[in-house]
Amino acid sequence: MKPITMERVENTRQEILDTIKSATLTHEQKVCTLAGKADSLLEVLDLPEGLSELLDQPIETQCICDLFEGHAPMRPRYIIPDYEKFMKEGSKFLQLDPPQDIYEAINSLLIFYKHVPSITNFPVYVGALDKLLDPYLKDVDDETAKKLLKLFLIHVDRTILDSFSHANLGPEPTRAGRLILEVERELEQAVPNITLKYDPEITDDDFAIEAVKTSLKSAKPSFANHKMFTSELGEDYVIASCYNGLKLGGGSYTLCRMILGNIAKRAKDLKDFKENQLPYVMDIMARYMDARIKFEVEESGFFENNFLAKEGFIHRDRFTAMFGMVGMAECVNILMEKEGKAGRYGHNKEADALGVEIMEQIKAFNDAHTNPYCEVTGGHFLLHAQVGIASDLKVSPGTRIPIGEEPEELLEHLRHCSLFHKYFPSGTGDIFPIDTTAHKNPEFILDIVKGAFKEDLRYLSFYASDSDVIRITGYLVKRSEIEKLRSGQAVLQDTTALGLGATDNGKVQQRRIR
Amino acid sequence: MNNRLDAVTAPVNKIIRFSSVDGPGNRTAIFLQGCNFDCRYCHNPETRRFCIGCGKCVKTCPAGALSQTPEGQVRFDPAKCVSCDTCIKVCEHDASPRICEMTAEDVMKEVRWQQPYIRGITVSGGECSLHPRFLKELFEIAQKEALTCFLDSNGSYDFSKDPELMAVTDSVMLDIKAFSPEDHLNTTGAGNKTVLANAKYLAEIGKLFEIRTVVAPDLFDVTETVRCAGEMLLPYLQKGAKIRYKLITYRPMGVREKYRNMRIPTEEEMMGLKMLLTDMGWDDVVIT
Repeated sequence: MKPITMERVENTRQEILDTIKSATLTHEQKVCTLAGKADSLLEVLDLPEGLSELLDQPIETQCICDLFEGHAPMRPRYIIPDYEKFMKEGSKFLQLDPPQDIYEAINSLLIFYKHVPSITNFPVYVGALDKLLDPYLKDVDDETAKKLLKLFLIHVDRTILDSFSHANLGPEPTRAGRLILEVERELEQAVPNITLKYDPEITDDDFAIEAVKTSLKSAKPSFANHKMFTSELGEDYVIASCYNGLKLGGGSYTLCRMILGNIAKRAKDLKDFKENQLPYVMDIMARYMDARIKFEVEESGFFENNFLAKEGFIHRDRFTAMFGMVGMAECVNILMEKEGKAGRYGHNKEADALGVEIMEQIKAFNDAHTNPYCEVTGGHFLLHAQVGIASDLKVSPGTRIPIGEEPEELLEHLRHCSLFHKYFPSGTGDIFPIDTTAHKNPEFILDIVKGAFKEDLRYLSFYASDSDVIRITGYLVKRSEIEKLRSGQAVLQDTTALGLGATDNGKVQQRRIR
Repeated sequence: MNNRLDAVTAPVNKIIRFSSVDGPGNRTAIFLQGCNFDCRYCHNPETRRFCIGCGKCVKTCPAGALSQTPEGQVRFDPAKCVSCDTCIKVCEHDASPRICEMTAEDVMKEVRWQQPYIRGITVSGGECSLHPRFLKELFEIAQKEALTCFLDSNGSYDFSKDPELMAVTDSVMLDIKAFSPEDHLNTTGAGNKTVLANAKYLAEIGKLFEIRTVVAPDLFDVTETVRCAGEMLLPYLQKGAKIRYKLITYRPMGVREKYRNMRIPTEEEMMGLKMLLTDMGWDDVVIT
């Protein structure tokens, strides 16, 4: 372990005291923050030369960001337990036999969730709830089933205090799926995030329309292109955290992101960007991720000692890592300006073509880089369009068109998305607030989803422009909770603070309404 | 080229690529110019008649998108248009200088652009049924391309006499603007014998998607209209037809100045009309 300066120790001590005295953090949020402060004093990773100059920078110049993963990763960032196996076999460590009825099933899941770690300390994946629960619902009538599901989902919302927690539904319609959609429509809660795996050949229109109706009431589920994800990751993929496609029984060791706009700022011109700056940053980020993964696998002891691995709910060789990027819009606009051209990203063919060219370069780099512990994805990382963090200023998520510059016609917006979604098997997505007083026609939304998935869009989210639960970037927050926090009151879920930041810095409440 | 000269054209006022309010799902709505009714509450009166070449809009266009030929014909340059609608606001003849004469194939080119996002097309107006040959040609192509074809009509055209058009039309959204002939005349300047016959004919052949009534209590007996129209179509519902009744709240937006001061019905009145229909046995009643 490398030594650090006393100045850094003193600064951290002050931050620890500030955390302890905070008026707006809940007890759990304080404990979590304090753990992060302790971890920040360690220096155990074998870091690539040049990293610090790209990483330890303010948001105006930072080129690589590790999204608060800390200095000594003690568990993978995203963990995707095989809940089906747990329901079939129970768990020795948790002293639970396989559940025999719906009451035991719900109880078992709620217990299990409290033992699934992640970057947020809450499970980022809570299972394919329809498939997990449907078999147990056959003995109860709809009314009892709804009551139980309601209690279950309220429990999840009030104890998994972070909306990077994701449930999956579909693609097959089920009674459990229908009831969950109905209940979520009534509850209007932020947690869990939900995705409907949608394939028009498997998911019938009735079920999909129920999903649209629920999304216009509670900002979820989102729609994932099941055919596309299956072709890349296989049938056993899941959607976790914001919208991340990952393997069941595996997950992602790490997610780091390049801030492309700031890399463009370093470049003299387009040629310098493509030949020098971008390759330099990609190389350092990939080697940084390699170092993180090496520590997790070879030194942290997680895969040897955690019950999830020991009992086979996860497997080390089903993990991969996510090679992320943000700020494509800013990157393209800066490079166009440096080339003396007027076109802007999202509005000009040449600018959009430049974006595609940059994606091809990132993809080619990733296809050439290998990591020995990413066997499940061919030895490569998966590209990820990161959705941004609360402190991002003038950094647009992934490849999204900046808020305020969206094309006037929804069709043009979707066509732009279709240029980029295909590059990101581990996740990307676009969000559309819908004016539900104008569009009293859920089939209208479903037709758009169907068309979009034929045009290679991967992931779409909708919410009613006047709804309390809204999608911030990839996660959900209640507007009413943001206002509580703004007025200085503590709030239950840690993602509310992120929503407040994104509202002020990222203008997420000013998206163009469709 | 010869084909083009032979092809039927229609005056197109506007094409909306994605519409959620012109029939089921997402549709491209095509608005044709010209109407044979004169509804007092018409909220897009600029679709009613044709340009007479007075030139008033040319002088007021802030974008320089309009010009006039020496013969007085107004020319429109879509590339310069900023869609501010000044031209239609200043027009004193219920017309628009932005009309394009288009063939069915011209329209289909615009429609194909938003494939695969739409499930069909709806032709509206003005009054679309003033152009039956154009509609037939358009719908024949559209149906071959797996798009459903809807008409939005005031019902003045006797659909039962045009089986060829009906063969390529999936369904019709029909206005019943008032039930009694006097009320209809007072509201639209025209009679409604054909309208009511159309409603029954379309319901009979299973091609009546929706009945619409703009509820403007100053103009006609709204309760009587809704009750009588509802009762007239009830037998078809009982035989299993799926028909929606859309009750549209009169609002002054876009309405010509001399008719702009009519009373807006209250929410309670609208709910009352809906109740009237649901009590009668209508299960799909929508208020907008």
